[in-house]
Amino acid sequence: MRRMYTTELSKNVKPIETAEEPELVAAFEARVAADEFIEPKDWMPDAYRKTLVRQISQHAHSEIVGMLPEGNWITRAPSLRRKAILLAKVQDEGGHGLYLYCAAETLGTSREEMVEALHSGKAKYSTIFNYPTLTWADIGAIGWLVDGAAIMNQVPLQRTSYGPYARAMVRVCKEESFHQRQGYEIMIALANGTPEQKRMAQDALNRWWWPSLMMFGPPDDNSPNTERSMRWRIKRETNDELRQKFVDITVPQADFLNLSVPDPEVKWNEAKGGYDFGEVDWEEFYAVVRGEGPVAKERMKARRDAWDNGAWVRDAAAAYEEKRRAKQAA
Amino acid sequence: MATRSKIDADLVKRGRTDPVAPEAIPAMQDYCQRLGDDALILGQRLSEWCGHAPALEVDLSLANLALDLIGQGTNFLGLAGDADKLAFHRDVLDWKNCWLVEQPNGDFAQTIARQLLFSTWQHMLYERLAASSDERIAAIAAKGVKEVAYHRELAADWTIRLGDGTEESARRMAEGLDWCWRFVPELFEVDEVLEGLIADGIAVDPRLFEGEYRSVIAAVLAEAKLAVPADQRAILGGRRGHHSEHLGHLLAVMQFLPRTYPDAQW
Amino acid sequence: MSQGHDWPLWEVFVRAKGGLSHRHVGSVHAPDPELALRHARDTYTRRLEGVSLWVVKSTDIVASDPEQAGELFEPAEDKIYRHPTFYDIPDVVKHI
Repeated sequence: MRRMYTTELSKNVKPIETAEEPELVAAFEARVAADEFIEPKDWMPDAYRKTLVRQISQHAHSEIVGMLPEGNWITRAPSLRRKAILLAKVQDEGGHGLYLYCAAETLGTSREEMVEALHSGKAKYSTIFNYPTLTWADIGAIGWLVDGAAIMNQVPLQRTSYGPYARAMVRVCKEESFHQRQGYEIMIALANGTPEQKRMAQDALNRWWWPSLMMFGPPDDNSPNTERSMRWRIKRETNDELRQKFVDITVPQADFLNLSVPDPEVKWNEAKGGYDFGEVDWEEFYAVVRGEGPVAKERMKARRDAWDNGAWVRDAAAAYEEKRRAKQAA
Repeated sequence: MATRSKIDADLVKRGRTDPVAPEAIPAMQDYCQRLGDDALILGQRLSEWCGHAPALEVDLSLANLALDLIGQGTNFLGLAGDADKLAFHRDVLDWKNCWLVEQPNGDFAQTIARQLLFSTWQHMLYERLAASSDERIAAIAAKGVKEVAYHRELAADWTIRLGDGTEESARRMAEGLDWCWRFVPELFEVDEVLEGLIADGIAVDPRLFEGEYRSVIAAVLAEAKLAVPADQRAILGGRRGHHSEHLGHLLAVMQFLPRTYPDAQW
Repeated sequence: MSQGHDWPLWEVFVRAKGGLSHRHVGSVHAPDPELALRHARDTYTRRLEGVSLWVVKSTDIVASDPEQAGELFEPAEDKIYRHPTFYDIPDVVKHI
């Protein structure tokens, strides 16, 4: 009997096979190819486990760090309705981070380890959250563009090969369905509002457009693990495919708002049935990945502060429980 | 009734329209603002925690509390007039919330102390208010009482864990309580506005449950191994628009957009 | 102690409505059973998802070994006589 369900126990379990047996790998690949789900206790190649931990924890970190730019406007939301919506949305993101950390924990890495990796700068999160939210229109633009891009990445992951990840994504996608709509609704109000509001809306689109395109990751020819990740159903479409899809969907939405996408090269291409668009500034992308985004330091400081300032609270509750258990045992 | 006619005059000056029988309005409006302002200001304070709480799960809990309170605030202000206009276009002197709710979050212990003292009171109030002779107030209170019951229990759970946790947490919890304690008497203050409404069966007389309140708080603190703070000189005035310095800053943040762009729709 | 460690993990089960059984929905970290319930409530029932909650410490769950799935579950495969459709009863016979 192995009492192994989640990370809590994996500490007591011997590390999995060192030299991976070819028949195990073949059987695993066959299961994934047959659209079966892999569950926590199933045998899996070490690389699969590592890739998943990295991908799911990055996703979780992105949700948690992603609370900060929008959280910046909760106390300043311009109506009671907007305030409640925004707070509920940012809270959802916290919940999504929580689901995802839990999914990653089933692979034998504790949330604490993942959080430490984030705080030490070892783990990455989506580059988009290293940009500042300057005006209320940024809240609209984030909902519309950033959540729009996120949904595009996330919907296919509901059928990803790792069961706990897929189930977390089903829940995340269900809950996120209102996020993009609330953002676009903000944009509609601004785009139809006063000249100052229109200016805010256009400026927000200008600043968030390119970082949104970067959310799909580096171009396919510079994305070394794509092929294997697609075979393992950890990834379902390539970065460039998703980016194209996003542009095709979003440009008409900008047109509806009478706002212009800040890319002079955007043009409908009848032959390919999609828009042509300009090249993303990959230099900037890699700089932000390295942690050189405009407010990267602020984001990391906020997360570290929350964790460090909360240490005494977590300790207090743990100490209380320890005392209570000791009393019960006595 | 000098106070009532003064409030009347104030309202006329600000051009508010009356949704119900004129005679009942000013005091009613005042009372709904007190209830609404208490909830909204505390909701605003709690929302400051979002993204910064001691643990992810606690972040979600505090946001749930804030959402409930913002909802209650919106509903009560909706009875007093245009909720958004009241929330975003009143200056300090026109806010009727108690001092307790506008206090800064401080550390987690101070936030929990404030929550315990307020939610315990709010729960006892809403329980009784659900039987108000004004059906609209009764309906909001009846919905809110379930929400607030949860707030009260969560705050009590945390008070007990912090009070009986580590040395550091016990010290912080005692300090948080000490900070908030001088604002408790205001919760039980009855002025002329309230007196009239109590007589009409619209408002609840908080003095009726002050004894119960004190013993419930004492029981929680006893379980938390914390001493009940010694009574401090009561700080009053919130119900008449006289607040701490903190409220002005809270409003400056909260109201910035609608005040900067008064013609805008959001 | 005094390291600010994360709390232990709990598995969360939600009964969506009366008449249904509790279903595993995910997990939360919490220091003790009461707060585990509160965390489960605040995390997994924000959209009217449930009427009842269970939390179980993750370490208390005993799971079968997938490597034994064959011996555990496959023997049931050929016991088709355990299923009602295995039996031929003329349609004219009612209530059976």
